[in-house]
Amino acid sequence: MKGFTQIFTVSAMNLRNLPQRLGASSVAVFGVACVVGVFIGVLSMASGFQRTMISAGSPDTAILMRSGATSEMSSGLGFEEIQVATQLPQVRRDAGEPVASAELYVIVDIPKRGTDNSSNVPLRGVEDGAFEVRDGIEIIEGRRFETGRNELIVGRAAQQQFAGLDVGNTIRFGQMEWDVVGVFSDRGGLSESELWTDVRVLQSAYRRGNSFQSLRVKLASEDALEALQAEVAGNPQLDMDVQRETDYLSDQAEPLSKFIKGVGYPLAMLMALGAVFGAINTMYASVSARTREIATLRAIGFGAFPVAFSTLLESLILALIGGVLGAVVVYLIFNGYTVSTINSTSFSQVVFDFAVTGDLLVQGIIAAVFIGLVGGFFPAVRAARLPVATALRET
Amino acid sequence: MKYFYFIWKNLGRKKLRTWLTVMSIVVAFILFGALGSLNAAFTQGAEIAGADRLITIHKVSLIQSLPYSYVNRVRNTEGVEAVTFANWLGGYYQDPKNQFAQFAVEADSYFEMYSDLLSLPEEQMQAWKKNRIGAVIGTSLAERFDWEVGDRVPVTSMFPQENGNRTWEFEVEGIFSAEGSGADSGSLLFHYEYFDEARQWDKGTVGWLMIKVSDPQNAGEVADRIDAMFANSPAETKTSTEKAFMESFMKQFGDIGTITGLILAAVFFTMLLVTANTMAQAVRERIPEMAILKTLGFTDRSVLIMILAEAILLALIGGLIGLGLAWLMIGAAASQVEAFLPGFAMPAEVWINGLVAIVVLGLLSGAIPAIQGMRLNIVTALGRR
Repeated sequence: MKGFTQIFTVSAMNLRNLPQRLGASSVAVFGVACVVGVFIGVLSMASGFQRTMISAGSPDTAILMRSGATSEMSSGLGFEEIQVATQLPQVRRDAGEPVASAELYVIVDIPKRGTDNSSNVPLRGVEDGAFEVRDGIEIIEGRRFETGRNELIVGRAAQQQFAGLDVGNTIRFGQMEWDVVGVFSDRGGLSESELWTDVRVLQSAYRRGNSFQSLRVKLASEDALEALQAEVAGNPQLDMDVQRETDYLSDQAEPLSKFIKGVGYPLAMLMALGAVFGAINTMYASVSARTREIATLRAIGFGAFPVAFSTLLESLILALIGGVLGAVVVYLIFNGYTVSTINSTSFSQVVFDFAVTGDLLVQGIIAAVFIGLVGGFFPAVRAARLPVATALRET
Repeated sequence: MKYFYFIWKNLGRKKLRTWLTVMSIVVAFILFGALGSLNAAFTQGAEIAGADRLITIHKVSLIQSLPYSYVNRVRNTEGVEAVTFANWLGGYYQDPKNQFAQFAVEADSYFEMYSDLLSLPEEQMQAWKKNRIGAVIGTSLAERFDWEVGDRVPVTSMFPQENGNRTWEFEVEGIFSAEGSGADSGSLLFHYEYFDEARQWDKGTVGWLMIKVSDPQNAGEVADRIDAMFANSPAETKTSTEKAFMESFMKQFGDIGTITGLILAAVFFTMLLVTANTMAQAVRERIPEMAILKTLGFTDRSVLIMILAEAILLALIGGLIGLGLAWLMIGAAASQVEAFLPGFAMPAEVWINGLVAIVVLGLLSGAIPAIQGMRLNIVTALGRR
């Protein structure tokens, strides 16, 4: 019991004295805040990108593309193949009609809002089935495009990020004019970066004949995928790969999220290392500033452990303040911050928000605690081992 | 210089603290070197671009192709010296993960256009031209898949041949090297003639045109003239200088420069505080000593300079170690990322900026303690114990 009282007394005294060492302490706090900030910032970019890519996929949707195609961009399907594939028994039917959408995927050059940087914006031609295959689509402004007309609906994110996509506008791609008639949302998913129109109109505008690039179908049930894959593989008329939409989307997201994480984690580790050195320095300074105080405490009967503990606690608290500070600042600045980048797998722009998730905040705080503990350890040992007699005479 | 030993000894006064500070500076400059190089790798494409070359693409987007007839029409345009063109095959080797660039080109005009960047031995050029399905590959591509002259390589593409087959066979006839670290030696070049005859659709089109203008001063006018020529046709064009084209493509990645800049600013500022704190402590401890120095006749200015020199020396030790380590790390990473970041290396400008940053760090962190030292009043300082 006496031990606890000692620990409590020494720690409380030490913390009350903190303001006297404000300069050195704030260096440690600031260092940790920067580390935690950069760490959370970079990873929130990766998590936001991943969320956008994956969230709208649904496990009972399958995507069919040409065998070996790595993305819709590099796929091509004929009308006959589409006809055969949609009639397969594993495809869900609604009032006798297969729930499916054969789609065309091209890119158009539109400047980013407020700049003249051209961007590869995806333009997707869809069939009416697209709105049933993707269950999250909602028109949030205007109306759907009409079949057979040069009308576009634009994803919410695309509308915010790229110029001239407001409802009522007319935009020109090459020789053709398109009316923007609506804005849609897709639960924050990838489609929100796209422009949509009627696939038949797009085929003739891009002189694609009667060809498509991908076919999305609803599966009769979630576990019908293997059966569908076997059916397609066994049919000599079909030269296609079948993937679950969620798997396809996470494959598409992989290279870029890997890249961001591949840069982000080593970066954060290095910065953490730098902050550890900074923290050790601060804590040594703190111990040496308190040399006489510690020696006095030891001389009047306080144990070595409470003294060491108080140093460790000081370091931990400084790091925690820094960690929380960094996390809060990053959350306020970056959460929901919208950026767009080119996704090399589809050669087109993806608009996404930074997602500062609770998970990342916790990881950031854990990193701060780690820095605090490592940074406080050796100085704490030194504080415990101070030779009382000589230390009392120190200046 | 004669005080160097004194400054050095002062740094060694509290070895542990000095080392901890040096280590934080080392870390900061590793980051400086690595991020600076990464940033440079993303922008270097623009730097090797020739000022006298233009690129013409379809106005709607890069993925759409232009009629072959454009090649001759552009060739006859005033101010144009030479024209060549390329098509993208978009294929991979064996596994979809093994992506690399393949371009269908016209051998002579393509290598003429890039004679400043690409070089291919003459006899390999002749052998390539004689082989319809021949191809030449860049040095880093040859290294990546261990290909040699004489190898047959299958490339699976999104473009089917007339018989529906998507696998294109090529025979490697030569290996070209690329001058300048940023030039692309990771691609495969093959005959446009073979491509156009064999492919199923989009026959008679080219992906984009590369143009050499006779006078770089008039590049803008020539570009406008070309675009005007095809205005209001089914395939309108967009012509820009090679540099502008690459820059606008790189910009599509988003602002990598701004992000790395922000991180570096955060790191740099933190390190500035750490170093400044160390210097402030060191000076505070030494106040009586400095008073003695001044009593012995050292001027205020020499005390100021000595403290600044100490701060710069501290930054220099840490900074050089850090940049050196970054250089080693990048050397090790370069071969791993060769595929998507060709020519990843630490450019001279990162070294130069690094040295400037070291000096700035030293000066800023030493400034306040040095001024304190300079203003020190001998009598009060001696009495302060």
